[in-house]
Amino acid sequence: MVRILGPIVGLGFVGVLLWSLMWGAISYVQEPPVPTAEHEFHLHPKDVAFSFDGPFGKYDKAQLQRGLQVYKEVCSACHSLRLVSFRDFTDLGYSEGQVKTLAAEWTTETPSINPETGEPATRKSVASDKIPSPFANEVAARAANNGALPPDLSLMTKARHNGPAYVHSLLTGFQDQPAKMLKEFPDSKTPESLHFNPYFANLNIAMAPPLTGEGQVSYGDGTKPTVDQMATDVSAFLAWTAEPKLENRHRTGIAVLIFLLFATAFAYLAYQNIWRDKKH
Amino acid sequence: MATLEEIAAETGSEGVRRRDFINIAAVSFAGVGAATIVLPLVNQMNPSADVLAQASTEVDISAIQPGQAIKTIFRKQPLFVRHLTPAEIASADAVPVDSLRDPQTLEERTKAGKTQWLITMGVCTHLGCVPLGAAEGENRGEFGGYFCPCHGSSYDTAARIRKGPAPKNLEVPEYSFTSDTVVQVG
Amino acid sequence: MSFPWAEQYAPKHPFMRYMDEKLPLPRLVFNAIGGGYPVPRNLNYFWNFGVLAGAALMIQIITGIVLAMHFAANGAIAFDSVEHIMRDVNSGWLIRYAHANGASMFFIVVYLHIFRGLFYGSYKAPREMVWLLGLVIFLLMMATAFMGYVLPWGQMSFWGAKVITGLFGAIPLVGEPIQHWLLGGFAPDNAALNRFFSLHYLLPFVILGVIILHIWALHIPGSSNPTGVDVKGPQDTVPFHPYYTAKDGMGLGVFLIVFSILLFFAPNYLGHADNYIPANPLSTPAHIVPEWYFWPFYAILRAFTVDFILPAKLWGVLAMFASILLLFFLPWLDNSPVRSGNYRPVFKKFFWVLVIDVLILGYCGGAPAEEPYVMISQLAAAYYFAHFLIIIPIIARIERPLPLPNSITESVLAKHGGSTSGDTTLAPAE
Repeated sequence: MVRILGPIVGLGFVGVLLWSLMWGAISYVQEPPVPTAEHEFHLHPKDVAFSFDGPFGKYDKAQLQRGLQVYKEVCSACHSLRLVSFRDFTDLGYSEGQVKTLAAEWTTETPSINPETGEPATRKSVASDKIPSPFANEVAARAANNGALPPDLSLMTKARHNGPAYVHSLLTGFQDQPAKMLKEFPDSKTPESLHFNPYFANLNIAMAPPLTGEGQVSYGDGTKPTVDQMATDVSAFLAWTAEPKLENRHRTGIAVLIFLLFATAFAYLAYQNIWRDKKH
Repeated sequence: MATLEEIAAETGSEGVRRRDFINIAAVSFAGVGAATIVLPLVNQMNPSADVLAQASTEVDISAIQPGQAIKTIFRKQPLFVRHLTPAEIASADAVPVDSLRDPQTLEERTKAGKTQWLITMGVCTHLGCVPLGAAEGENRGEFGGYFCPCHGSSYDTAARIRKGPAPKNLEVPEYSFTSDTVVQVG
Repeated sequence: MSFPWAEQYAPKHPFMRYMDEKLPLPRLVFNAIGGGYPVPRNLNYFWNFGVLAGAALMIQIITGIVLAMHFAANGAIAFDSVEHIMRDVNSGWLIRYAHANGASMFFIVVYLHIFRGLFYGSYKAPREMVWLLGLVIFLLMMATAFMGYVLPWGQMSFWGAKVITGLFGAIPLVGEPIQHWLLGGFAPDNAALNRFFSLHYLLPFVILGVIILHIWALHIPGSSNPTGVDVKGPQDTVPFHPYYTAKDGMGLGVFLIVFSILLFFAPNYLGHADNYIPANPLSTPAHIVPEWYFWPFYAILRAFTVDFILPAKLWGVLAMFASILLLFFLPWLDNSPVRSGNYRPVFKKFFWVLVIDVLILGYCGGAPAEEPYVMISQLAAAYYFAHFLIIIPIIARIERPLPLPNSITESVLAKHGGSTSGDTTLAPAE
């Protein structure tokens, strides 16, 4: 019974699939898929080397501090970092006192309630607070940015393929739209309110280039604040905000793997030992 | 083959001991591994970093007048901060310490030079209700301190238990004056 | 357990004798995985995957229960609660990555286990029930994994839930009411998230129960072996303990090494970056794909692009479920009396074609729904159905198998050139 119905059902599915295949092939030949500007001119992130790459990678605390400075002075005007607390900055090498000051002096204050009237108010942040968002809500954020919503950056380097390299490439990738692109795709001219960036998924990003020139931020440790340097530093910082436990993870991983290699080697020897008298 | 049997008998016991060693080593390694895994699984139940960050609270006491108290939160529980009047301090000192269920002087429960600041948890030591007396107009009980409405525990002006079922005085948490107007609790 | 030479459980310690009288659990363990369970001596490493699947389930249950202590199943805070686990809970990152990568390890091990069954004819009589229960476990695993992936409430969580629950809408007449009943609403939202959390916690224990039945059903005839020839006598077997407890211990070590490399050095490699974006019902990701272990089935679902009496979407749903349901009939589709692919040369070749076909389907399932992947999926899906429903029954009928060894012992001796040196349990070659 099964051996009769089975082949019939099988032929049914195979038939419908080949039918779909035939029509798919016909429409492919009649109307071949049109190449799109995004497909032709989108670029994958550049190859950027970071100190935290690879299984033995570590963060460079000085770099993370510089990255925080770039975030604070350039990005935090529009982008929130809502999953990071001020107290997390002790990971960057700051003392508890420095963190307390950072929190209290942060431009945006933490939302709270006026204790007398109950009206919404703000207060100075303390170390245990999360970093306050520059905008009260999504509507306010869009209103201030021409309808576009600047995304939260806490997880940006995990939310994009090849995240840290992507952020760096994006920040350094603003350029004039190539003439070749306009020639091949006359409709692809970047609209007035957007900016061409081949590293962005659909090539036109609402954000104006945030890193405009050298010296936009002045680093306390004397590093030259070129656009490339600032981009690298803030990318590393954002990698840390997305993966604060990376170093912990690598260290534990190496210890665990060494242990497991020994344990498995012993287990293998015990297995050989137990089976020595048994042909198998 | 007698010779072969003799050899077998000789190496018998030593051979077994040597053979067992690797088995024991393998099982021990596995055991150590298993025990190590238990540690993070148990530790994850300990307070997380954000809870520990809230383990310390700062209280601004500048607005509290003598005879007034405020209720605030410390580690998600009520905290009473009271500015004692000289009369309240005197009446606390007048009580013979040995007659107390939980003998403590007011000096022991406050910081040196700041006896007028009585900072205690607002949790009755009987079964955990929040005693009355911190806010304006609340019943302060027979001894002029705090009164717990649940089972009638009465605390005096130094928040020491005087009457009722509570076994201990209201708990004084760890705190320090970071300035004359700011106290850090915890 | 019908091997008369199996060692009998004989407790010596008075406490163990007391236990044996009151609640014979130690006896059960001894007879199931101890010295009292004879197993063919010639099992190869492909027989390790059953125990590894059990270990993977235990890892998922333990890490899952711990995660549930911190996870908040409410749409407004679910995503943030997972980040709270990653950042603030002690070793939270370790437990979360263990659970996410543990699910992948579970499927890797189970797929190898299933393909072992396909090659060596483990699904054939008298072990049909073991195979059927195994398929039930597989279906439960897929449901559990799907619901689990929704819980972090990222973009892929939400849109994956939307697509898969949307499939139910393809059922004629009752489709939409069923879809709304499943979701508790018109789109994945709080109601769906909460019930998925409840069921995701429940199903692994149902899986545990079915695994007990699966092992029980196996222990009636006992394990099969690479030759497919039945056990004939005591020289064909070894007691499970210590021979296979040792081998499984070693296999566990290798499993944990692979698991640790993933967890500690590439924890997001098998995942999708979009799931680190909070769910947004107003913004569809460029390419909605499920986790890698669903890709072959996803490819089959998307392969049907043209209506034919039924709408294409319905064909896709029917084919996707059929691709698993047809496996329930395998013991009867393949009625060749020879079990092991080692002695079925034609079957063996087609088996490897199937493996490549499933890998191709998997690759297409993760790719965008564009040419050439659609056409390749259509061909690969056609082969999949043809393989099980047409080719296998035909092979079973017309194939001439290679001569089988008379016994397991004979095959082991043949492997070692007839020498029995050191092994006193093997009968000397005739």
